[in-house]
Amino acid sequence: MPDQNTTFDAIVIGSGISGGWAAKELCEQGLKTLVLERGRDVKHLKDYPTANMRPWEFKHRGWMDRQFREENPLITKAAGFGEDTAHFFIKDADHPYVQEKPFDWIRGYQVGGKSIIWGRACQRWSNHEFSAPQKMGYGIDWPIRYDDIAPWYSHVEKFIGVCGNKDGIEAMPDGEFLPPFDMNCVEKDLKQRILDHYGNRHVVQGRWAQLSQPTELHLQQGRGKCMARNMCMRGCPFGGYFSSVASTLPWAEKTGNLTVRPFSVVHSILYDEKTGKASGVRVIDTNTREEFEYSARVIFLNASALNSTLILLNSKSERFPNGLGNDSGVLGKYVAFHNYRGWAGGDIDGYLDTYYYGRNPTELILANYRNLGKQEMDFIGGYTIFMGAYRSRNGEAPPGVSIGAAYKEARSVPGNWAVYMYMQGETIPKATNRVYLSPDKKDQWGIPLLVTDVGYDDNDEKMVADFLAQAREMLEVAGCRNIHSNDSQQAPGLDIHEMGGARMGRDPSTSMLNEWNQLHHCKNVFVTDGACMTSTGNQSPSILYMALTARAATYAVEQVKAGAL
Amino acid sequence: MNRREAMTTGTLLAGGAIVGLQAFLSGCKPTAAVAEELFTPEDVAFLDEVSDTIYPATGSTPGAKDAGVGEFMKTIVTDCYEESDQGIFKAGMADIRDRCKAGFGKSFMEISPDQRLELLTAIDGEARAHSESGSDGPEHYFNMMKQLTDWGYFTSQRGATEALRYVEIPGYYQGCIPYTEGERAWAL
Repeated sequence: MPDQNTTFDAIVIGSGISGGWAAKELCEQGLKTLVLERGRDVKHLKDYPTANMRPWEFKHRGWMDRQFREENPLITKAAGFGEDTAHFFIKDADHPYVQEKPFDWIRGYQVGGKSIIWGRACQRWSNHEFSAPQKMGYGIDWPIRYDDIAPWYSHVEKFIGVCGNKDGIEAMPDGEFLPPFDMNCVEKDLKQRILDHYGNRHVVQGRWAQLSQPTELHLQQGRGKCMARNMCMRGCPFGGYFSSVASTLPWAEKTGNLTVRPFSVVHSILYDEKTGKASGVRVIDTNTREEFEYSARVIFLNASALNSTLILLNSKSERFPNGLGNDSGVLGKYVAFHNYRGWAGGDIDGYLDTYYYGRNPTELILANYRNLGKQEMDFIGGYTIFMGAYRSRNGEAPPGVSIGAAYKEARSVPGNWAVYMYMQGETIPKATNRVYLSPDKKDQWGIPLLVTDVGYDDNDEKMVADFLAQAREMLEVAGCRNIHSNDSQQAPGLDIHEMGGARMGRDPSTSMLNEWNQLHHCKNVFVTDGACMTSTGNQSPSILYMALTARAATYAVEQVKAGAL
Repeated sequence: MNRREAMTTGTLLAGGAIVGLQAFLSGCKPTAAVAEELFTPEDVAFLDEVSDTIYPATGSTPGAKDAGVGEFMKTIVTDCYEESDQGIFKAGMADIRDRCKAGFGKSFMEISPDQRLELLTAIDGEARAHSESGSDGPEHYFNMMKQLTDWGYFTSQRGATEALRYVEIPGYYQGCIPYTEGERAWAL
């Protein structure tokens, strides 16, 4: 059944973390906006079936059954995937792709996208990260600098709610923070010992999209204080963390300017040779398989990094035979990600008279200390470390006791403290790390499958080695014993931080998008999700996508009002 | 992404290596699905007693049987275990029953709690020796039973709320508070 209205001021493709922001800004600024989502609808509160379930109410207490695991070897690897969250992830068989090299492409297809199940870390990029590719000679220059995006970080932080401490660290600028989550007793000492030893390594409280203390603006969204359940990825009944469905989409809806169309996979963006602009999009209804066309003056592409790239590649016309805006041949290339391979941990003695209350939904951050503003190492780029200390249930019983009443009692109390660390490392965009359309294989809607040809390089190996050595040293400095470290060797993609494919840049011959995230060669199409990334930096990227989106959407509205678009 | 989410799931799964997970990750494919019920009601009653010997009721807290661990074992082994691990688990049940008959001349259901503890303590010693030998081979069945007992017990309603401190909605997080020896751990 075709919708009555097929003409809008703006179309947003995708309803995840950046699509939700595009919808909010465009609707608030007066544009009648259609949001297209390939998956099902998800409404805040109503569609969180597991949000209030207790551990014993899960048939398999969190684990997936054997048949599901066999049928879904990819998606069951994803961080946070389990019996309580499975409904917010795809099933492998529904959404095939071709791996030239191993690449774990983790997806969540529903209204809200992966914003429901994201990790919520919200550090700002430092100016070093924007300038490093050019300065250190490992990539093209970003067309923007920190100062261009800083006000938009503030804009986003205030709306979504980011807790954190103003630490004044060079590697990680401060933002508009709600009060931080506490450090536990061990973490306070770790922070001090590492700082004392190195002088310039800063362990700080996580900057996380949790409402530690909601403001009026959050209450207006119908969101409340984080209750420290740490079950965010099920959807929060309190609206305690940010997601599109809890925040930006309902906000956009209140303007009366929003239309959301779920079950709508975008086949391509339509290009009008006469006007030299995109005229709309071709959509396939995933239930009926009917095709529709919607038109708009402005199109925001927010389908997730690789899917946005896929849509551009599949948007072929006489003018753009290689994909929309792809005169340069750059489209699909320079895909990068975050290197998450390194893990380390250890036990720490003492602190047995201390504990914590509640479940902390945040982690500590050890800000990047490598190649900060100057090249110092035998590898390029830096890494952020996430870490924390925890006190698990006692794993060991008194000697000789491993069955029976005393064993049970011993297992009922807290045991020793332990510390963990893992890396989030920058990777270098390269033309050879790319995605492209399969020449012959198609999905169930007749859209070509994406081929991923993305792998690690020597730089990544060196960075992992440095992290592992440094992590061990820092754990030792912190007073840990039984120190262990591990290179998971996981495939790229499992980081769920894939970036690039339609990168921003100053020069149309080496980039797809300008400083406003507009296609250089088709100005009414904006790409503001991970696809736009010129380099990866070492911070968690989602909040940068949100800030870029808000900035680009505001610019787009100005251009529309000025008659330029 | 928040990798602690992954860790939390791991903790949920009894804090250690999950039986069957490794085989799954390494790509081992079990053969056909099990058509018939793996466990009879008698088996579940037997597993209740095995788990209750591992975690018996004490003064203030329920035992594993009260927490429904027999039924939990049936569910997990049937639905989630690889077929090869199901075989080890089932053979383990037979081993306990056989050794009970041989040692006490009675079935496991008929002997006293003290006799059950004596038998399972001996088997536990073998299982621990198996683990300590660093064998890469199949898991010892009794380690499976202990792991399932621990996991099933402490995530059950009675185990979580009576043997641990279960706070459904903490309301806030306080990082550094005093702990007095003997206070129970927080439930998940």
